Amino acid sequence: MKHYFFVLSALVCLIASNYALAGDGKLLATSGLVQIEGSGGGGIVPWATLSGYDTQDEISVSAVMTQVDLDDYRLNVMGVSASFYDRVEISAAHQRFDLKQLGGDIRQNVIGVKYRLYGDAVYSNFPQISIGLQHKKLEDGAIADLLGADSSSSGTDYYIAATKIHLGAVAGFNAVWNVTARATKANQLGLLGFGGAQNSDHEIMLEASAGVLLSRNVAVGMEYRQKPDNLGLGEEDWIDYFVSYIPNKHIALTLAWAELGSIAGAEDQNGLYLSINGQLW
Amino acid sequence: MLKLRIISLSGLLGMCCMGALLAGCASQSNSVYHQLGGNEKVEQIVENFVVEIERDPVILAYFEGADINRFVEKLSEQICSRTGGPCSYTGDTMAQVHGGMNITEADFNRTVDLLINAMNKADVPHRLQNKVLRALAPTRDEMLYL
Repeated sequence: MKHYFFVLSALVCLIASNYALAGDGKLLATSGLVQIEGSGGGGIVPWATLSGYDTQDEISVSAVMTQVDLDDYRLNVMGVSASFYDRVEISAAHQRFDLKQLGGDIRQNVIGVKYRLYGDAVYSNFPQISIGLQHKKLEDGAIADLLGADSSSSGTDYYIAATKIHLGAVAGFNAVWNVTARATKANQLGLLGFGGAQNSDHEIMLEASAGVLLSRNVAVGMEYRQKPDNLGLGEEDWIDYFVSYIPNKHIALTLAWAELGSIAGAEDQNGLYLSINGQLW
Repeated sequence: MLKLRIISLSGLLGMCCMGALLAGCASQSNSVYHQLGGNEKVEQIVENFVVEIERDPVILAYFEGADINRFVEKLSEQICSRTGGPCSYTGDTMAQVHGGMNITEADFNRTVDLLINAMNKADVPHRLQNKVLRALAPTRDEMLYL
């Protein structure tokens, strides 16, 4: 499966490097970041923005590495994504969820596709709107099975997202907000399988982000992600408070405080979220 | 706890909306033009902008054969009137001026970066820069891919 991930990454780079111009045509910071499932977004929420700085004449390729170090767990994410003509984004991410107390880990691969339906987050009168999906495949479903998940192999999330950047909106600072509706049956991103005793169908979850750009290079804000509780283990909604430093179009560094609630019976899982994402091409 | 979180998030979202409203009201009593410091600052920005354009071969190519003095005059008028200053724009429409240039989205944003440089060099504070950009942003639709 890991081979699959790298082959896909190589393919993405190869396809992108053979076409069109390298994409850097958007304004600094307006491409957003890359979230924990590999899609363009904030940190935990997929946004309507695509992962790179490409415009309608350009292509971009980006990479991300993220770690969320919680009390009893540690989530590590590696991902690559390509955005074509500011219209379509494809992404691949590998998640490794370390079980700090029990030892061992759970691994999952996520393939994502996003399509921009309307707008430009900065310039259009209405928010930029995109639809997308994230197909998740567990490498080892033993723990998902143990916890009573309906499926311990794979599941797909579908979402629609709206993002708007307002110039000079909050006392002259640029502001950004995003609202996403996601149909999902994933337990803790899918790491604990899909569906369970309490619910085995896709449910609509709401996610939202709000931030302020304190300068051309620094953004602060927060995110919220509603979660289902399919397994009956008291899965809770997620929230994070972030600060991002975006010195140029090649790199963005994000530090956040993540409050992820109860995970597989372990209460109050909080910790630092660290992410580096950058545009390779 | 959850309620508190949702309240604080909606508070932040609300702050964005309120900020937008307040900024709208403020522009009547104390225009961006006056916050900038009037005509002197606008001219300084435009002159810096011309220097930035001259240094950028990609954008300079769009200005081949252009009357730079007229550009300075009309852009100053445009900024003045759009930021609430006591001027009216007397030039051709944006679509007339930019028709046939086929300006790309990337080159448009590249030029916005040049304008930001020009404002930095004219010591325009970050928050005021954003207000100027907001005032000029609506012209984009009449400039791209014509």
